[in-house]
Amino acid sequence: MTTLPSITLTAQAFEPGALLTTFCAGRDETGAVASFVGLARAERGQARVLELEAYPGFTDAAIADFAEQAKARFGLHDYRIVHRVGQIAPGEAIVFVATAAAHRRAAFEACDFLMDWLKSRAPFWKKEHGPDGERWIEPTARDRTDAERWD
Amino acid sequence: MARVLLFGRLADQAGWRDRVVEAVSLASLRDVLAAADPSLAEALSGPGVQVAVDKAIVRGEAPLAAGSEVAFLPPMSGG
Repeated sequence: MTTLPSITLTAQAFEPGALLTTFCAGRDETGAVASFVGLARAERGQARVLELEAYPGFTDAAIADFAEQAKARFGLHDYRIVHRVGQIAPGEAIVFVATAAAHRRAAFEACDFLMDWLKSRAPFWKKEHGPDGERWIEPTARDRTDAERWD
Repeated sequence: MARVLLFGRLADQAGWRDRVVEAVSLASLRDVLAAADPSLAEALSGPGVQVAVDKAIVRGEAPLAAGSEVAFLPPMSGG
């Protein structure tokens, strides 16, 4: 179980259910697994394709550093984070986060905590390709205030 | 020699994302880039742009060892 990677950045589409099944397998002390899947929205046709750029070796290291803080803060048994990079079509999964803990509250909260950080502060650069061309997008005010809940 | 990486809108503006530049410090690297493309150099010093040397964020000036990797990171969007 510990030989599986905790963090993966991938340009390939992934199947969240399979990740969750693998994450849940072989546990006898974990009472709770929480998971979150983020999907690319079409924004009523405004965003045809989302493009996410990462800095390999930097982005994954930053996520690992933050996830280890989450693990300590919430007493997680472990976690699994998979994040897409490259071009992502509406309906495809962008991010998968799963957290395992003895009890549900820690698992839920750690999952929420990780997602708020990933959505607002993780080192990605995001571009929307829509009907009127392409534009780089920055975190929304809502993303920032969500992340500040935990500061 | 340093390998320069640009991300996000900086790469779009420059028209490249990966280039080798002869420089012994961040200041000399900025000078070389400014000589080739003044508006890019201005963007690289713009608000919110961070610099990483060998994948660690640095603030201000820094010497560059041979083969250093220098990345210019515009404000991060989150995933």
